[in-house]
Amino acid sequence: MKELIRSLVEAYGPSGSEGQVRELISAQVQGAATSVRTDALGNLIATVKGTGGGRRIMLAAHMDEIGLVASYVDEKGFVRFQPIGGVSTRTLVGGRVRFAGGLRGVIGAEQKDVGDLPRIDQLFIDVGARSRESCPVAVGDVACFDRPFVDLGERLVAKAFDDRIACAVLIQAMQELGETAHEVSFVFTVQEEVGLRGAQTAAYGVDAELGIAVDVTLTGDTPQARTMAVGLGAGPAIKVKDRGMLAHQGVRRWMERTAQAEGIPYQLEVLEAGTTDGMAMQTTRAGIPVGVLSIPSRYVHTPSEMVDYQDVLNSVRLLVALLKKPVEL
Amino acid sequence: MLIKELVEADGVSGHEDAVRELLLKAIEGCADEYRIDALGNLIAVKYGSGGSAWPKKVMVSAHMDEVGLMVTHIERDGTLRFSPVGGIDPRVMPAKVVRIGDERIPGVIAVKPIHLLEPSERWRVLQFDQLAIDTGMSCDEVNRKVSPGTYAAFATSFEVLDEGGLRTVKGKAFDDRAGCAALVELLKETYPFDLYAAFTVQEEVGLRGARVAAYAVEPDVAFALEGTICDDSPKDKDTSPTTRLGAGPALTAMDRSVICDRRLIGLLTAEAEAAGIPYQFKQPGIGGTDAGAMHVQREGIPSAVLAVPCRYIHSPVCVLSLNDFDNAVRLMRGALYRLTGGLGA
Repeated sequence: MKELIRSLVEAYGPSGSEGQVRELISAQVQGAATSVRTDALGNLIATVKGTGGGRRIMLAAHMDEIGLVASYVDEKGFVRFQPIGGVSTRTLVGGRVRFAGGLRGVIGAEQKDVGDLPRIDQLFIDVGARSRESCPVAVGDVACFDRPFVDLGERLVAKAFDDRIACAVLIQAMQELGETAHEVSFVFTVQEEVGLRGAQTAAYGVDAELGIAVDVTLTGDTPQARTMAVGLGAGPAIKVKDRGMLAHQGVRRWMERTAQAEGIPYQLEVLEAGTTDGMAMQTTRAGIPVGVLSIPSRYVHTPSEMVDYQDVLNSVRLLVALLKKPVEL
Repeated sequence: MLIKELVEADGVSGHEDAVRELLLKAIEGCADEYRIDALGNLIAVKYGSGGSAWPKKVMVSAHMDEVGLMVTHIERDGTLRFSPVGGIDPRVMPAKVVRIGDERIPGVIAVKPIHLLEPSERWRVLQFDQLAIDTGMSCDEVNRKVSPGTYAAFATSFEVLDEGGLRTVKGKAFDDRAGCAALVELLKETYPFDLYAAFTVQEEVGLRGARVAAYAVEPDVAFALEGTICDDSPKDKDTSPTTRLGAGPALTAMDRSVICDRRLIGLLTAEAEAAGIPYQFKQPGIGGTDAGAMHVQREGIPSAVLAVPCRYIHSPVCVLSLNDFDNAVRLMRGALYRLTGGLGA
């Protein structure tokens, strides 16, 4: 599964520019899905029809990652930018970025009047151009962090584990699923990082009876970390709440019972910041029960996010187990 | 000139009636049908000539509302306390003339004379709860004519600043009466598909009108016509002017509310290049438009924004170039005709 993960996390796909990721995933799901379609906003919806008698279930993992958008090219060819999604300037200076066509640049900072932490308008991308005229970047061009996947053995490091690791989990679960009574739509959503926009329209389109979003969550297991009872390697996290939603209690208990029955380690997650596609799914149309399966990750929204490989494998196991059996809320 | 009439009318978010009345007259003879929905959106339809397999329905929005004020409390001396409706910078408020209510009663936002200012007060920005409108009327008179909930708008006349060159004009509420005037122009022609011209309400308080209008219209493609930020005065630092006056209509790659559909951006730039219309890209990441509400409606609607640059928006007076306005109409119209070719990948 590591090769699948590598190809997904190294792909380019900031919010609104998910095309390359969509192509990769599309190739992976063609065999296992009954039907595959791309909706008006670019969500990839792969549906397994099921043998009948089950529920219509929507699973969501977002394809997009945070990134930068060029906002101005100055006379000397330096590119000013704005964030796409939750980007902290703390993670930017000295970093490298990659544009859609493969062009790379480094992030520099102004030196005058800069405090301990530069503001985003005090930073710029240097693509090595000598002037505005020779700069290959145009206003509106989008870049992602440029970092390779690193396999540390038990732990993996990459940009964009948020949320490609969940894309990988969905793909793997789909391939391992085999027969199920449920009609399951594996939805790879767009534009989560800028406001759950893809999940909003996909949930309307799929019109499911039940939803599970799969996303990363934060951990409290690093030195002087904010208190949070989630750590790497302790199993997938089953969400209780975050800033945008309260997980449906029936779905949450069903997820817990299934993990217990299968002997899969799990943790309960109360996240104080952030939310997931689950929030948009929960309030679609007349409302549906939604739970969230979270993969613990350190350093979320930096170019070097870290997950535990066993947590990833156990997330796949839990998802497959959930989809194999009747839903009992 | 329609744009003059539109910007001299008052239509603060939630009370767009006067603007809608003007637009109803303006679309007479060019729209095949229209309706006014529950929130007050005016949705006019121009039937297509047929022959468009896709799209069948295209929605173009422009919002009728403007930022303004609402009376919250009447003091014992008859001065009016108020809240802003939509995003207004409190620095622009003191000593401005406003028109209150449907009778358009004149009022002045009170200001302390410079002679009486303590040195420390000179640099302090008065917040909205420290400001009041002076109508010059007795308390009894004020209470007869005004109540909490009454709207007030900036009292600004439309004027031509420069007849040649950039053809600049000044007035209030070019955001988004410029879009409204442009949308009326679009209704004057027939396209292969049905054109739904949505003159929306309550954009400035959260894209509320466009949201329900897009749900009802259920278009295949949507565009928002806007008056947008222009900050092109000279600066010490070589940074983005957001847009430049006179440099053509502005396209949006992304703002706070929407990432525009790349295929539609491509369509607009292709039309601009082919027709020799100047255009520019607005600085990404700033502001929000009706497209933000439209594109996530139902199963998703590919959407884009085309805007006329306006200096000093959300203040009592803005400046725009009629050249940019005319070019926005030309570009939008040309792009609409190109739509039937499909969007491609």
